[in-house]
Amino acid sequence: MQSEPQALNRPLLQSRSGKTKARDAQVINLGDRVFYVATRSLAFCVIVLALLLTADLIRGAWESIGTFGLKFLVGTTWDPVTRQFGTLPTIIGTVVKATIGLLLAVPISIGSAIFIAFYVPKSLRPIISYPIELLAGIPSIVFGLWGLFVMVPVIRIVQIWLKAHFGWFFLFNGPAVYGVGVLSGSVILAIMVIPIVTAISRDILLTVPRLQIEGMLALGATKWEAIWKVALPYARVGLVGAVILGLGRAIGETMAVTMVGGNSFDLIHSLFDPVHSMASQIASEFTEATYGLYVSSLIYVGLVLFGITICVSLLAQLLIWKLSKGKVAIFE
Amino acid sequence: MSAPNPALGLRYFRRKAIERLAVGGMLLCAGITIFFLVTILGYVLYRGATAIDWEFLTSLPLPPGETGGGIANALIGSALVVACAAMMAVPIGLGAAVFVNEFPSAGLGRFVRFLAEVMTGVPSIVVGLFAYALIVRPFGSFSGFSGSVAYAFIMIPIILISAHEAFRLVPDSLREASLALGISKWRTIMRVVLPVSSRALLTGVVLAVSRALGEAAPMLFTAFGNPYWSLNLGKPIATVPLLIYTYATAPYEDWHRKAWAASFILLVVVLITSVLTRAFLRGKSNE
Amino acid sequence: MMKVKLFILSTVIIALFAAGEQAFAGCPTKGVKELTGAGATFPYPLYSKMFAEYVKVCNVKVNYQSIGSGGGIRQLQELTVDFGASDGIMDDKQKAEAKHGTVLHIPTVAGAEAIVYNLPGIQRGQLKLTPDVLVDIYLKKIKTWNDARIKSLNPSLNLPGTDIAVVHRSDGSGTTFIFTNYLAKVSPEWKDKVGFATSVNWPGDVGGKGNEGVANSVQQIPGAIGYVELAYAKQNNMAWAQLKNRGGTFLEPSLESAALAADQPNLPDNMEVMITDSANPKAYPITGFTWLLVYENQKDEAKADAIAQLAWWMVHEGQQYALPLEYAPLKGPALKKAEALVKKIKANGKPILN
Repeated sequence: MQSEPQALNRPLLQSRSGKTKARDAQVINLGDRVFYVATRSLAFCVIVLALLLTADLIRGAWESIGTFGLKFLVGTTWDPVTRQFGTLPTIIGTVVKATIGLLLAVPISIGSAIFIAFYVPKSLRPIISYPIELLAGIPSIVFGLWGLFVMVPVIRIVQIWLKAHFGWFFLFNGPAVYGVGVLSGSVILAIMVIPIVTAISRDILLTVPRLQIEGMLALGATKWEAIWKVALPYARVGLVGAVILGLGRAIGETMAVTMVGGNSFDLIHSLFDPVHSMASQIASEFTEATYGLYVSSLIYVGLVLFGITICVSLLAQLLIWKLSKGKVAIFE
Repeated sequence: MSAPNPALGLRYFRRKAIERLAVGGMLLCAGITIFFLVTILGYVLYRGATAIDWEFLTSLPLPPGETGGGIANALIGSALVVACAAMMAVPIGLGAAVFVNEFPSAGLGRFVRFLAEVMTGVPSIVVGLFAYALIVRPFGSFSGFSGSVAYAFIMIPIILISAHEAFRLVPDSLREASLALGISKWRTIMRVVLPVSSRALLTGVVLAVSRALGEAAPMLFTAFGNPYWSLNLGKPIATVPLLIYTYATAPYEDWHRKAWAASFILLVVVLITSVLTRAFLRGKSNE
Repeated sequence: MMKVKLFILSTVIIALFAAGEQAFAGCPTKGVKELTGAGATFPYPLYSKMFAEYVKVCNVKVNYQSIGSGGGIRQLQELTVDFGASDGIMDDKQKAEAKHGTVLHIPTVAGAEAIVYNLPGIQRGQLKLTPDVLVDIYLKKIKTWNDARIKSLNPSLNLPGTDIAVVHRSDGSGTTFIFTNYLAKVSPEWKDKVGFATSVNWPGDVGGKGNEGVANSVQQIPGAIGYVELAYAKQNNMAWAQLKNRGGTFLEPSLESAALAADQPNLPDNMEVMITDSANPKAYPITGFTWLLVYENQKDEAKADAIAQLAWWMVHEGQQYALPLEYAPLKGPALKKAEALVKKIKANGKPILN
């Protein structure tokens, strides 16, 4: 609904697609204007913080960027003694662990969220929901310790079994007996991501208008069909947002993945090989980095990680665009 | 379904089968989640329950070799640091999310949302170093406040993204109805959009707070730690996750038990926060 | 008259003596009530015990946090802490970046590192290793436990054919610094190929986070070998090897043999020395100091007094807390050199302690 702007002599906001929406309602009085300015300044705070971080990263990494340039991204040696730094193995380690972790976590999370939102009676929902939020609040170090003491021995048994029966497959042709490695790292990331994605997905699914679902059911659909054809498409974009938060955790998680990841700087050849992720590398070496180039190279790793996150976010936006078949404009 | 109804064809059975499969799948997913829940929470309890007593909650940490002592200063320190962080992060996160969704101007909103997504991937130790460069170095000393800044940086994107998604799902029809009644835009946002999405907003805040409560790495170079009582955010202060980290990585079994016990206490705090905020909300929305 | 003079004289002497005593009592005399320090993780348990006792004796609160030796050095360089602590020696570049001039390395205690292994049936102290065999294990040249060279050192042991899983530290640490320093001293090949530092490019296998990470990995992986601080090996009931020292004796790691490593002639005055591969024939070879890092020339007289008193107390009264917590106290020549270093602390050119 539009009204003539009174306090302003030009339209303040317009929808990009040309169609007017309730959210594009004009700012028409002082209260609106104040509100607009206030929220805009808060949004600016976010921009300022992000830019300050970027500047700080670039400044810190400068010496290393100057020394290695882009070769840093493809170098495979990390040697603080001879001052050779290259981060390809950890880039691969990060990407592989995060990818496998998400592949495991996302179906389980969304499945759990659907279960809680649609199959659990309202009164029982808190009983499951609160513990899931608890799981999200467990400190990373505790995850790491639990992983080391409880999860790794189990994974070791699994790995030994896999190697014995399927050792010809390159993914399973590795040092199964270590226990720590890519598989352990991925699984612990998955376990840490599940509560976040589940909690937010549950809320998103709960806001799907019941009317639409009930309409489908009235037409004879099974419950699952109603969910699959109505609820999920409606909530699709929001679910991607939940997954993005989970992805952030998967990429940036340090403590837990350091304790079960195996932490080596060699290129991985199988699921059982030990390898650092970029975050665990920074956390492991920073406190003892003894000279300028070393510190700078670690910050360079942080900058590379930052860059990777930017690329992934862009990809996610692309995904949202494709999912909504172009009807939702990019970044909206 | 005793005698097959001639009106039902193969298609019906197939749909029914898919339904059963789907429900089974959902059950499996939920089961896996609950399994990990129980295993991890149970393990924390198993390792740490024996160390929890009144002394643990109310006394200062003791050096190794002495039995007793507790984590009281860390509990208070964490509460102060996280509360200060929340006071910064919640307005910024919520306010920015309101801006992004309710005032969809040309580029700024989507850029802010994009930045928030990128910020979620920054490792916590890098955030700590950032807060160190921003606050500790210029002021020349470690402080609880710099720790709050680090936590706020971690919390803002979580709050912003979950709030944005929540606002996005509020149907436009509600906004239109409100505007049609002559309610100005800002009142519409405050009285309609926010309350409707309040459950999801709260989830985002609770997730952010529990994340902050559990992060140790940012505290190394900001709040630093303090074995004594302190309520001063301008000086080094003890926090629970850092204490857990220090205790867990030492060679003393007594300290290990305390680390697990402290983890359990942290979880209880998260649970209480979650329950209280929801109860508070339910109370308000009944008005 | 004589009696009065005698009385006055004795009073003066006693007063002077008491004043002198006060200067050496170890408590700050100029009103400083709080100190901040940061650095090495290795001495953290001991320092937290020491400082807990110190506040009872002198009512001065010392806040020490273990953020790592590198962190401690950096905070000292940037003057955000009063003193640092490190398991390694600052190199020239780091010294140049220290904002307030020369940094004294005052040793406080020493510690030993155990070589731990996971071999079923082989108990603590049964496995014997020589430096060259240890180096070649870590260089991945010796790959299985039943290798001829290991067998020849341990003819009576039943060594399995399992692969040796080499475990090292994934995070930078003083423990690694000491271990690799030892390997570099006994093997020119190691020095050339890998070198020594808080973090190196290891030829292989698993990295564990912290001493507990390495201890855990060794305990879980059959056929594993690793290096950990003695306290962790004891705490986790791990099996450790006997190592042949420079004098030719096979020794198990212990606090006594570690303290003896420090007891060697020709310790440099600045105590910036690695005591690995000690010349003392009764000393365990993988041993190292941990140092307090203090600026020689302090800006503030009150702070300088507090720091000097604290350091003095730590190398004297504080030493009683070392052994119960598995640290080797300073003895003999090491203690004397430490005292000399503490006496070097000055404020505005004037030494604090004489």
